[in-house]
Amino acid sequence: MKHYDHFTTDVLVVGAGLAGERAAIEAASRGLNVIILSLVPPRRSHSSAAQGGMQAALGNSAMGKGDNPDVHFADTVKGSDWGCDQDVARLFAENAPIAVRQMAYWGVPWNRVKAEKRIYDGKEIQEDPEKEGLITARNFGGTAKWRTCYTSDGTGHSLLYTMDSVVLKLGITVHDRTEVLSLIHDDKRCFGVVSRCLRTGQLRVYTARSTVIATGGYGRLYGASTNAVINEGSGMFVALETGKVPLGNMEAVQFHPTGIVPTWILITEGARGDGGYLLDKNHHRFMPDYEPKKKELASRDVVSRRIMQHIRKGYGVDSPHGPHVWLDIRHLGEKHINTNLREIANICRNFRGIDPVHDLIPVRPTQHYSMGGIRTDINGIAYGLEGLFALGEAACWDLHGFNRLGGNSLAETVVAGMVVGDKIASYTREADLQYSSSLIDDHVGFQEDRIQALIEARNGDENVYELRREMEETLSENVGIFRSEGPLKKAVSKLHELLERSYHVGLTSDGKGANPELASALRITGMIKLAYCIAAGALAREESRGSHYREDFPARDDDNWLKRTLAYWPEGAKEPVLEYEPVKITELPPGDRGYGEATRESAESNSSS
Amino acid sequence: MSQRELAIHIFRYNPEDPNDEPKTETFTLQEEEGMTLFIALNKIREEQDPTLKFDFVCRAGICGSCGMLINGKPTLACKTLTKTLPDDITLMPLPVFKLLGDLSVDTGTWFRDISLRTESWIHTDKPFDPEAEEERMSNETALQIYEAERCIECGCCIGGCATANIKPDFIGAAGVNRVARFMVDPRDERDEQAYFDVVGSEDGIFGCIGLMACDDNCPIDIPLQGQLAYVRRKMAAAGWKR
Ligand SMILES: Cc1cc2nc3c(=O)[nH]c(=O)nc-3n(C[C@H](O)[C@H](O)[C@H](O)COP(=O)(O)OP(=O)(O)OC[C@H]3O[C@@H](n4cnc5c(N)ncnc54)[C@H](O)[C@@H]3O)c2cc1C
Ligand code: SF4
Ligand code: SF4
Ligand code: FES
Repeated sequence: MKHYDHFTTDVLVVGAGLAGERAAIEAASRGLNVIILSLVPPRRSHSSAAQGGMQAALGNSAMGKGDNPDVHFADTVKGSDWGCDQDVARLFAENAPIAVRQMAYWGVPWNRVKAEKRIYDGKEIQEDPEKEGLITARNFGGTAKWRTCYTSDGTGHSLLYTMDSVVLKLGITVHDRTEVLSLIHDDKRCFGVVSRCLRTGQLRVYTARSTVIATGGYGRLYGASTNAVINEGSGMFVALETGKVPLGNMEAVQFHPTGIVPTWILITEGARGDGGYLLDKNHHRFMPDYEPKKKELASRDVVSRRIMQHIRKGYGVDSPHGPHVWLDIRHLGEKHINTNLREIANICRNFRGIDPVHDLIPVRPTQHYSMGGIRTDINGIAYGLEGLFALGEAACWDLHGFNRLGGNSLAETVVAGMVVGDKIASYTREADLQYSSSLIDDHVGFQEDRIQALIEARNGDENVYELRREMEETLSENVGIFRSEGPLKKAVSKLHELLERSYHVGLTSDGKGANPELASALRITGMIKLAYCIAAGALAREESRGSHYREDFPARDDDNWLKRTLAYWPEGAKEPVLEYEPVKITELPPGDRGYGEATRESAESNSSS
Repeated sequence: MSQRELAIHIFRYNPEDPNDEPKTETFTLQEEEGMTLFIALNKIREEQDPTLKFDFVCRAGICGSCGMLINGKPTLACKTLTKTLPDDITLMPLPVFKLLGDLSVDTGTWFRDISLRTESWIHTDKPFDPEAEEERMSNETALQIYEAERCIECGCCIGGCATANIKPDFIGAAGVNRVARFMVDPRDERDEQAYFDVVGSEDGIFGCIGLMACDDNCPIDIPLQGQLAYVRRKMAAAGWKR
């Protein structure tokens, strides 16, 4: 019998961001015992960094008039380049307005409709006095209507603080500074997790009737990412490493058009939504040349590619950190910038020493979001293991297909939390929890042995930070916005090498207690496996869809590739095994997105200046 | 840009290790263009001492993880550019909060406790009706709530507060500001007496001695002076009615 702290609960939620907390609230409201685990205090989860907003078809603002879930559904499907699951998109669009209103009920101070006239992109907007005081919306990319609800520039912050206030009110147990290292399972059912306390370094076991992964994205696999430093995809790789649970569409990686150079902190889409322009080195506004209809507000994959295309033509601004373009919000005026876009103004001032009221902002497309993740069905049930659920950015529910619309992720976390939370509660009530204590001992023993091996440098002295840098570079250089066979093959073989080397990491420090080097070393193999799934999936997919753009296969190929990648990592395997499943099309057959390279409206050639 | 050599003096102590004693260690580092303390500390950890403990999450000044004393001033390390500092930089953990190791302190637990004590959630008897339109609110009210809600719980106002440093249960400017956020929210049905029960004490608003260090230290410029005055006024009035 081994010695470790052991907690048991009905529902174990890994992740205290919006998705995890919303699901926990649903389960706790149904009378179940819930424990939430998180690397950091809940309110520091990455959800709090979302500035822009949350999509829901309320149709209150003048520019959102006539909006409804049907339009939201269609925008989402087009945005996904028909890669999403349409049943999920429908369920989502119908529930998003309820989710926004419930968050208002719980306390989110959504910005409201003010009956006033405004000038936007040269047009006058008159709000409807009848709608005064209802929740308003701003413009975001890839949407037919203004649908993105917001609280100034701190939407994610307000949502997460409000969500967490409900968690507090319900008295739900949260163990922060706890890192899940692996799932306890017997190849059929998940029984909980082995975790490490980041205060003391002790291992701890949690067992539960249902285990829920809501650990967010993996942005930090790329060197340049808008994501928080804790977004390392650990929830995804602990699922992958069971050998049973597949990850869906890992090659679908979103690059946000406007990361600030060179810290890659996000400049929210709200900047363009509120009327900001993209300028080249000649201060020419180039987006209308490529996308006459949507201009700066085509979907993110398209705007990112257009920027890189323009830079490749020689119109980028040179800098020590590579060429970039400018984001111009000066014409929005000091008052607007300092209230509605205050966070952007602060980022520019603090991290770059410029003032966007007077200066141009240097920006370049930057890794931003993971569409892929733990593959689940519409109920949030993970493929492959019973008793395991996933939701939020960590999951591939598949709302976003190959490109997520801005504002649809916050909405996904809350809607999925509501819907999947309900399924978790129903499942958990019926489920029992029977496992042998030797199963748990085995799982704990495995982690103890890994830790000991790292401390003793038993298998070698590879440096974890060095491996990490090489992995980041491999992805950034070869699996970016424009992809093709040569670089992708290079990435795959490099990652193959890095994976092997990762088994030979040894610590340079003593690894005692909550040692940070040990924490990194425990993650590196899993992170490289995720990177491998991304690169291998991208190499295999010989078409272009949404954010996945193959220069050697520039067209979408619905005959052969209207399908979802499922990446498995069987026990002991040296590389992922890729399988595919069909994408469900129910209402909207594949067609023209209305923007992007495949659209006739877009002028590919007349973009000379 | 001049290539300075920085001498970074860092407080080191592991309270988990009974044999360890608090000390200061100096690391030298070549300054780089645009270097923040986030970049500097990670470089030190990766290249010089991988046991060094500190907390960063967003590295963008929005999550509140990285409050510390930088040359004595409580502020966010991630948004401090080294070029704004002298060649010698001293980094200490925020006082008041439980030390977890080196520069890492447990602000999370402290703020959770304050939120529970001040019952920082909307108190209402109305049920949520998923079919109904949302209740109306003026945009001005929404902005006013958000102005207080912006607090990122970094603890800088607490670490620099004379009262908080001597009274362990004082809720500090951040705690008072949190209460103010709910006071201005029409959705919260608590009356003044209910608020008095959570902040109308020496551990609440009446413990504040009004030197306003907090107002200077807030890295995101929450108008703490105004928020303290607002709550003090309301609670003084409520106190009279008792
Ligand atoms: C800068 C930025 C701005 C954004 N703006 C918008 C926007 O305006 N609108 C929009 O819709 N979307 C936006 N997004 C995307 C959106 O914020 C995220 O996709 C969403 O918040 C993810 O929520 P989540 O609950 O799934 O995960 P997160 O909020 O990332 O939470 C993950 C949780 O899991 C925990 N965790 C992770 N690994 C482990 C582990 N191994 N053990 C224990 N706990 C673990 C973490 O501690 C954390 O609590 C933005 C993203 C970024 C990067
Ligand atoms: S004004 Fe009050 S809360 Fe602010 S630092 Fe002084 S005593 Fe602390
Ligand atoms: S009020 Fe300001 S200084 Fe105090 S915790 Fe909040 S953000 Fe930090
Ligand atoms: S790391 Fe988030 S505020 Fe500094």
